[in-house]
Amino acid sequence: MTVCDSATASFVVNGEAQTIAFPVHHTLLEVLRERCGLPGTKHGCELGECGTCSVLVDGEPVLSCLLLAIEASGRRIETVEGLQQGNRLHPLQRAFADLGAAQCGYCTPGMLMVAKALLRTHPEPTAAQIEEALSGNLCRCTGYGRIVQAVQWAAAMLRGDPWRPPAEAFFGATATDDAGTS
Amino acid sequence: MNDRWDSRSADRAPPVDAENDVAAATVARQPGIAPRLIGQPFTRVDARAKVTGQAQFADDIALPRMTYLKLVRSTAAHARIRGIDLAAARRVPGVLGFLSGRDLPQPYGILPVSEDEHALALDTVRYVGDPIVAVAATSEEQAHEAALAVIIDYQPLTTIASVEQALDTPEPRIHQYGEQGNIHKTVSLAFGDTAAGFEAAECLLEDTFFYEGNTHLALEQHAAVAVPEDDERITVYSSTQTPHYVHRALAKVLGLPAARIRVIACTNGGGFGGKTDPFNHEIAVAKMALELGRPVKVTLSREEVFYCHRGRHPVLMHLRTGFRRDGTITAQHLRTALDGGAYGSYGVASTYYTGALPTTTYHLPAYRFEAVRAFTNKPPCGPKRGHGTPQPRYALEVHLDKAAHVLGIDPAELRLRNIASAGSVTTNWLQLGTIGLAKCIEAVVAGSGWRKRYGRLRHGRGLGLACGAYLCGAGLPIYWNHMPQSGVHIKLDRSGNVAVFCGEAEIGQGSDSVLAAIVAEILGIALADIRLCVADTDLTPVDLGSYSSRVTLMVGHAAVEAAERARAVIAKAVAAQLGVPAEQLVFAERRVFDARDPASGLPFADAVVAAEARYGTLVTAGSYTPPRAPGRYRGSGVGPSPTYSYTAAVIEVEVDPETGLFDVEHVWIAHDIGRAINPVLALGQIEGSVYMGLGEAMMEEQAFRRLPPRLSGALVHKMPSMLEYKSPSFQDMPEITSYLIESPDPQGPFGAKEVGQGPLLPIIPALANAVFDAVGVRIDQVPIQPDLLLKALAAAEKGREPRIGPNAFPDVDFGEPLRVPTPQQGGDGRALDDPRRQQAPGTRSADGTMSEREQALRKGHDAALTTP
Amino acid sequence: MLRLPPLELRRPTTVGDAAAMLAAAGDAARLVAGGTDLWPNMKRRHQRADTVISLTGIDTLRGIRLEAEALRIGATTTLSAIVRDARVRQAYPGLARAVASISSPPLRNMGTLGGNLCVDTRCTYYNQSEEWRRAIDYCLKEAGEICWVATKSPRCWAHSASDAAPMLCALGASVQLASEHGERRLPVADLYRDDGIDYLAKHPHEIVTDVRVPAASESGRCRSAFWKLRRRGAIDFAVLSVAAAVWLSADGRVERAALYLGAVGSRPTAVEGAEQVLAGRRLDDENIAAVCRLAHRAARPMDNTDFVPAWRGKMVEKYTEAALREIAGLPVARAAPRHGLVGV
Repeated sequence: MTVCDSATASFVVNGEAQTIAFPVHHTLLEVLRERCGLPGTKHGCELGECGTCSVLVDGEPVLSCLLLAIEASGRRIETVEGLQQGNRLHPLQRAFADLGAAQCGYCTPGMLMVAKALLRTHPEPTAAQIEEALSGNLCRCTGYGRIVQAVQWAAAMLRGDPWRPPAEAFFGATATDDAGTS
Repeated sequence: MNDRWDSRSADRAPPVDAENDVAAATVARQPGIAPRLIGQPFTRVDARAKVTGQAQFADDIALPRMTYLKLVRSTAAHARIRGIDLAAARRVPGVLGFLSGRDLPQPYGILPVSEDEHALALDTVRYVGDPIVAVAATSEEQAHEAALAVIIDYQPLTTIASVEQALDTPEPRIHQYGEQGNIHKTVSLAFGDTAAGFEAAECLLEDTFFYEGNTHLALEQHAAVAVPEDDERITVYSSTQTPHYVHRALAKVLGLPAARIRVIACTNGGGFGGKTDPFNHEIAVAKMALELGRPVKVTLSREEVFYCHRGRHPVLMHLRTGFRRDGTITAQHLRTALDGGAYGSYGVASTYYTGALPTTTYHLPAYRFEAVRAFTNKPPCGPKRGHGTPQPRYALEVHLDKAAHVLGIDPAELRLRNIASAGSVTTNWLQLGTIGLAKCIEAVVAGSGWRKRYGRLRHGRGLGLACGAYLCGAGLPIYWNHMPQSGVHIKLDRSGNVAVFCGEAEIGQGSDSVLAAIVAEILGIALADIRLCVADTDLTPVDLGSYSSRVTLMVGHAAVEAAERARAVIAKAVAAQLGVPAEQLVFAERRVFDARDPASGLPFADAVVAAEARYGTLVTAGSYTPPRAPGRYRGSGVGPSPTYSYTAAVIEVEVDPETGLFDVEHVWIAHDIGRAINPVLALGQIEGSVYMGLGEAMMEEQAFRRLPPRLSGALVHKMPSMLEYKSPSFQDMPEITSYLIESPDPQGPFGAKEVGQGPLLPIIPALANAVFDAVGVRIDQVPIQPDLLLKALAAAEKGREPRIGPNAFPDVDFGEPLRVPTPQQGGDGRALDDPRRQQAPGTRSADGTMSEREQALRKGHDAALTTP
Repeated sequence: MLRLPPLELRRPTTVGDAAAMLAAAGDAARLVAGGTDLWPNMKRRHQRADTVISLTGIDTLRGIRLEAEALRIGATTTLSAIVRDARVRQAYPGLARAVASISSPPLRNMGTLGGNLCVDTRCTYYNQSEEWRRAIDYCLKEAGEICWVATKSPRCWAHSASDAAPMLCALGASVQLASEHGERRLPVADLYRDDGIDYLAKHPHEIVTDVRVPAASESGRCRSAFWKLRRRGAIDFAVLSVAAAVWLSADGRVERAALYLGAVGSRPTAVEGAEQVLAGRRLDDENIAAVCRLAHRAARPMDNTDFVPAWRGKMVEKYTEAALREIAGLPVARAAPRHGLVGV
């Protein structure tokens, strides 16, 4: 049993053990951005309504705006800053970059983290599974289609599958003559 | 980060029409070399920062000794402030200071004609959310606690909730300026002889439509950080689309010389027009930083973002159009009534925009336009993606769909018969450029199987078609001046690095990538060789900002000019060194070489060394000023653009007649982009426009709750949250098929036109038209709610008019119209009875046409070029 | 950034400790598990607590166990864990669907079943910031004197917001409540009161510790369905839900039936008389239509959430029809709502 109004917690953030002091009412979002020096995790409402602040705790996507940091103590936290390996981008990052799945980029960290969790359990996700998994993450720029394709592309890269999005995704559809022209 | 797609070149060649290739011609000083980067799906230059979390948004900035600001906003919709009690707030631990209206008395506003805002209310609040006090504290939570503890004593005034109420309630006035009462602005324009046009019509159609307001909802909440420096200098970082306009507003309100204020626009987490005004919080945070001598940050809550608004005006519209039996239009009369909210913002421009662009798609031989914008006690409306044009575009395209049914003409065919002529001057004096609209219509008609399927699908399934057109940059700046709208500096040195400086602001649309790609293309280097410095008013030449779809075209032209000047200097030096004519040199593959003997040449870095040795330190500049528009009448300043983009869309919908619920199944959309600088980014803009358009058509509403007046004067935003303001989720989007229609426009850099806003326009009417095709009812208001659909279906069943929508347009005295003879009537662009007709050349023009600049330049009236 | 006010957090590791703390802390204390309801409410200052007692450290409250008589779901079992559980999905598809429809996947990884059952009633005049609520001079649910939904009403009309509750009511589930005075078991249907403010029949010092759904053996012939109406395919609360459980005999006749509606009343709304209409009969168009009329009569949609109330009322019939047709194996005109079990 613990009684506390300020707290010190240890967690593993992006593979690095950290021990941090913070007021007990601070959420993981605040602690990551303001105490851990990891502002890559963004926020859009702080009420659990937009998905922007999604991070992984023990591999599961959660809304960092609604999780007290103290409740994450002893757990493994992953943020967008931990996605790349050395200077090498994670396939999700490469796919999002090359396919234009990040426009303003503000929802991107949350999208990437939720997608990462999905790919761990679903190495070959269908479009419907991606849409369901990411359905709590809002994006105002892309219309989502590119994000779905980027996740599929990254899944293929991780599987070593040469599949890539069709040319239409890079150049647009090819206008055809209307056979039914009267 | 690199042009990887260059070498891999995807699965098929890019859709470049080599024979009719203005782009190639623009770079034709590169003999025989087609663009390598332009037109290719290269990875955007800011992609890596955005997928790694390194991109720095304004709220990510943390500085030593930083303090936090919170605004106390009005909880009264319309009231005089009788008193402000700070006693309790002062006792909150950590509080450092307060500001109120008296500390920032200077009014400001984005348009010089409506500088009606105060950073903090002076004595009157005009909507729930209007800022009154700013409080700073050592933490954001303390600032918020203190803000909650501030007590404001309000003396309530009558709350005005709608245009109709504003028209009926001249007193109390929300503002002491404007035309009269609570009417902010009226417009009345008559182009050509509409009476004769209606007389000649074989079919007359009248319709009334309503388009509810909605907001941008960029995922990033606005934030700003102000950092005071010595000598009354200050730097303000902000999530703004328009650092230049913020700069001007700060100088004005803070009373500091502009040269001592530095505004840096951070990369924007989405804008869509919502970050184009200078905002209260940007001014208050700067003032507070100067007072405290410490950095101050302000980050708005989501709710506050809804109060900043500046989004889509709610507009009531009435359209009357005459047609011949063959579907050609003889005349049109459009009336619009805009609910402006509590302040001017861009509203005067928005008002003109509701009537400016119908003529860009279809030839209207005679056209009359009347508009009114009223003040109401709601957050101010302004520019959102499509600024003032999606509402009338929706009305016009549904109206045309109805006309097609009355006349028995296929809706696609009806539009094809009316398309405006490329290169013509419209009835309202807009100079058109290339028009790819017919190709767009053909693409979506073919893609959707329109000709076999339209009108023939089972009950409940339907197809709808609509078109649109949009500016490629507003022809005139927000404030009258004779200077370029966009500037680019290029600095080159012996390292081979090319630093590009420009005031443009990246808001997610890819403007950084367009800028870098154009310079890289012309200098024949890789994107990775370029370092960008953008949106910093101290370091970068002025660009007016990311609005009106102006960046690709205007920044693009400035970049082309700066890069071509750099290339010319380098070419001269290399030509001398290699002993070949400069014109024979090619810049490509990071080399400068002889076109006739490619082995003979220099690496790009060595070529720069040659130039630097010969000519000294290398800097070039380019700038762009749009061509002068032919219109000279009052109001002609809104609408002109160097050229226009065109879009057509077909939407397939499935309607459940039992519930009124509907699903959008597929969207086919074709956009005349002139030339895509980067097709991946262009497609992203199209898909994002479809998304935002569907959101507006299906569910998004900036709606308000008026409590029963006998009990309360409250007028509150109904749903200022991400949960209740409905932005479509992953589960709500249909499949989208996008076509890039490329026919390069000579007015665009590399032939490029805009793509950020235009593709939204046809989406809303295409959905409404598809619903009609599915179940035979008209929903003449947006968003199309399932309960409205069910009501219309019930009406149809009972044999009543199968339509839901507004029936009346308010009685407004628009006054005598300004009569402007059309080009076909032999007009000269001026109004017949405009008193300004007699104005001396070279004097300032209040309507903001560029004619005086050209005349002054020609006649050497240099003094006329300096305007306040 | 919207932040929480300072608070004291207690993290007991046993139910007994939690119950003792709750009793000791008095009215200024609240329980939290997933935090997806309490934290937003506290950030907006319409719920307050000096002390918050977190149940997440109590291991015995977590997990799903098949017992002889019932499937026992611990109160702090996450919604995701329930959706993923094969036993739940096979035996209680309506429950799996109801829980899978709650908000969004990351939220379901945090939110718990106990939390969803106790989720605060909602209203657009209430679920707003402190500043917004000041602008309307508050409402009956909190500090104000008028229910702005029905200004002459002496009661609060905030609507029930739980998706699990109507389904568990229909399935005849029960909750276990623990307090320092001991434990008791209550049918889920009896957990709620018809009042937007005082919406829970449990004492504030009682802790929901588990939910028991009648065992799969008993529900072998039980068919359940859950239909939820909302604006978007994710994130949104229900503006109407229909939870139906029907027990069929071997020859396809209805033995028992229970229908509950969500979001059209301050508690899960029982469709009274449905079992009488259906008992001993087959689910055919005529019987279904009769139940739909009963459902429509039972619903009280108010102007306190998305969509207009009159239309939501019409949808009660349509969605009741869809749920019963799904149970009967009859074709359903409208495609199932876009939520569900695709990715889990």
